[in-house]
Amino acid sequence: MNLLELNDISKIYGNVKALNRIDLTVEQGEWLAIMGPSGSGKTTMMNIIGCMDKPTSGTVLLDGINISTENSKSLTAIRRDKIGLIFQQFHLINYLTAVENVMVAQYYHSMPSEKEALEALERVGLLGRAKHLPSQLSGGEQQRVCIARALINYPRLILADEPTGNLDELNENIVLDIFKQLHRDGSTIIVVTHDPEVAEDAQRTVVLEHGLITKIKENERRGLS
Amino acid sequence: MKKRTMYFRMVTSSLVRRRSRMVIALLAIVIGATILSGLVTIYYDIPRQMGQEFRAYGANLIIIPSGSERLNDGQIDAAAEFLPDGDTVGVTPYRYETIKINEQPFMIAGTDLAEARKTSPYWFVAGEWPRAGGEALIGQEVAERIRLAEGSGFTVTGTDSKGESISRDFTVSGIVQTGGTEEAFVFTSREDLDELMGDSGRIDVVECSVSASGTELEEIAARIEANVADASSRLVKRVTQSEGAVLTKLQSLIWLVTIIVLLLTMICVATTMMAVVTERRKEIGLKKALGAADRSIVNEFLGEGLLLGVLGGVLGVALGFAFAQTISMHVFVRSISFQPALIPVTLAVSVLITGLACLIPVRRATEVDPAIVLRGE
Ligand SMILES: Nc1ncnc2c1ncn2[C@@H]1O[C@H](COP(=O)(O)OP(=O)(O)O)[C@@H](O)[C@H]1O
Ligand SMILES: [Mg+2]
Repeated sequence: MNLLELNDISKIYGNVKALNRIDLTVEQGEWLAIMGPSGSGKTTMMNIIGCMDKPTSGTVLLDGINISTENSKSLTAIRRDKIGLIFQQFHLINYLTAVENVMVAQYYHSMPSEKEALEALERVGLLGRAKHLPSQLSGGEQQRVCIARALINYPRLILADEPTGNLDELNENIVLDIFKQLHRDGSTIIVVTHDPEVAEDAQRTVVLEHGLITKIKENERRGLS
Repeated sequence: MKKRTMYFRMVTSSLVRRRSRMVIALLAIVIGATILSGLVTIYYDIPRQMGQEFRAYGANLIIIPSGSERLNDGQIDAAAEFLPDGDTVGVTPYRYETIKINEQPFMIAGTDLAEARKTSPYWFVAGEWPRAGGEALIGQEVAERIRLAEGSGFTVTGTDSKGESISRDFTVSGIVQTGGTEEAFVFTSREDLDELMGDSGRIDVVECSVSASGTELEEIAARIEANVADASSRLVKRVTQSEGAVLTKLQSLIWLVTIIVLLLTMICVATTMMAVVTERRKEIGLKKALGAADRSIVNEFLGEGLLLGVLGGVLGVALGFAFAQTISMHVFVRSISFQPALIPVTLAVSVLITGLACLIPVRRATEVDPAIVLRGE
């Protein structure tokens, strides 16, 4: 079953075609990597999939909902219910502790539960740092808090834009291990990366260039290691 | 955990752990609330504060006979019962008679000279106030007409109450200048005049100087009128009205200053909040990306603003009283009374001002595009 279907998607900024008639389907439980040079439209695509932006033309079906025709209020609700976001810059709220940052996502979604938030931090190996402020955490730790926050509401789709772009090798591996575990547990993941090593762990790699998909590659490791 | 608990945690953490700019907003609110509560305290205290100063203008309430008879001491004592103890500056009875000096007719007033000095502090006396019997103050006009100087003697002639001729020598102890009708009078003690006229207890008017507001004076007058037989009482409009005019001007000035300061506070808070929203665009975008509805964003910003409003209001009430007290001690040299009603009023106004100041910034916050979080701009 397809969780995501992009049909003939274009996004035009002035005279820049950030995305040019893209077609792409992502299956439930799939782990997809998107690669491409800077400015090729990766982030634009993530914003559209993540219900934070609308395509200029084309349709997007997410979990059976045509999100290209929804208004921003229902997009907010869909995003809240179905999407988990992981960022290159982590984007933690600097005046809240690690566990509070996770609880914020619960707060907007339904009910904050400190217990569940702590369990989520435990899964990413950060239980001991729950009461630390982001400024007291290393980059790798901040990214793990960000992941815990993305997972807390059991999203249908996890979107990660350059999740390892700001991390050293050790932390990159920790994050990738978490992704592998999520994949084994059946999560659907789309990861944007510059790093071929990271892309190799996904099942499929899509290469974007000038807003066009120029290559789709099945990976040998197929996300299972 | 309840949603409200988490909300409160987010709002307070933002204020406590971020501090920075919000401190400026808080400072603005504290100053605004301080000026508000301080000036309003003074506003309500000014009539009381100024009451004593105003007594330099002279009597503001008079008691006169309403029957055919003049007033006697019994009536005066009964009327004095209705004057407030601590705030009555002077009560001065006057008996007026017509007499002659050098064959020219003049009015002579017999009064309680010590009290007259209190009710008419603006009289300028060249020389001395009478100290013994047989001494008199004469008005400037009288002095000029019969060429009398301080220390000169003169003879008063005329008829007494029974129609018999009288004649008595007086010494000029001082010459009184007031710029008013008093300058055509001769003033002597009540006892001297009673003795001259051969009877007593025939008072034409009692001048009272009471430090009280116009409405309080009207109440006093009404009570005297209702309770003392054959006596009537009224305000000296010339005095009470000018007092009222001065007070009104002072109080309008206070209002004006307060409103301007509150407007400035609002502008300062609004500018600060605007800067805060710009500064926190990323955070707002993130919250929206996490699925925060516009309403949640509004609630959080407004929550922070209102919390600052309450905090600023509380500090403002305390500082405002200290401020009012300091001003009062320096300007009026007396302490001021605390108005408990100012606590809720100041709090409400601070919260209202902050709320209003946050409206535009909060609106701006809801317009932040969640797409910026991934763009990393
Ligand atoms: N908000 C925007 N306004 C105008 N142009 C934009 C905007 N966002 C992206 N673009 C343009 O769209 C193209 C694709 O950008 P982006 O999706 O961020 O690329 P990538 O993430 O692959 O680096 C770029 O040429 C970029 O300049
Ligand atoms: Mg990008």
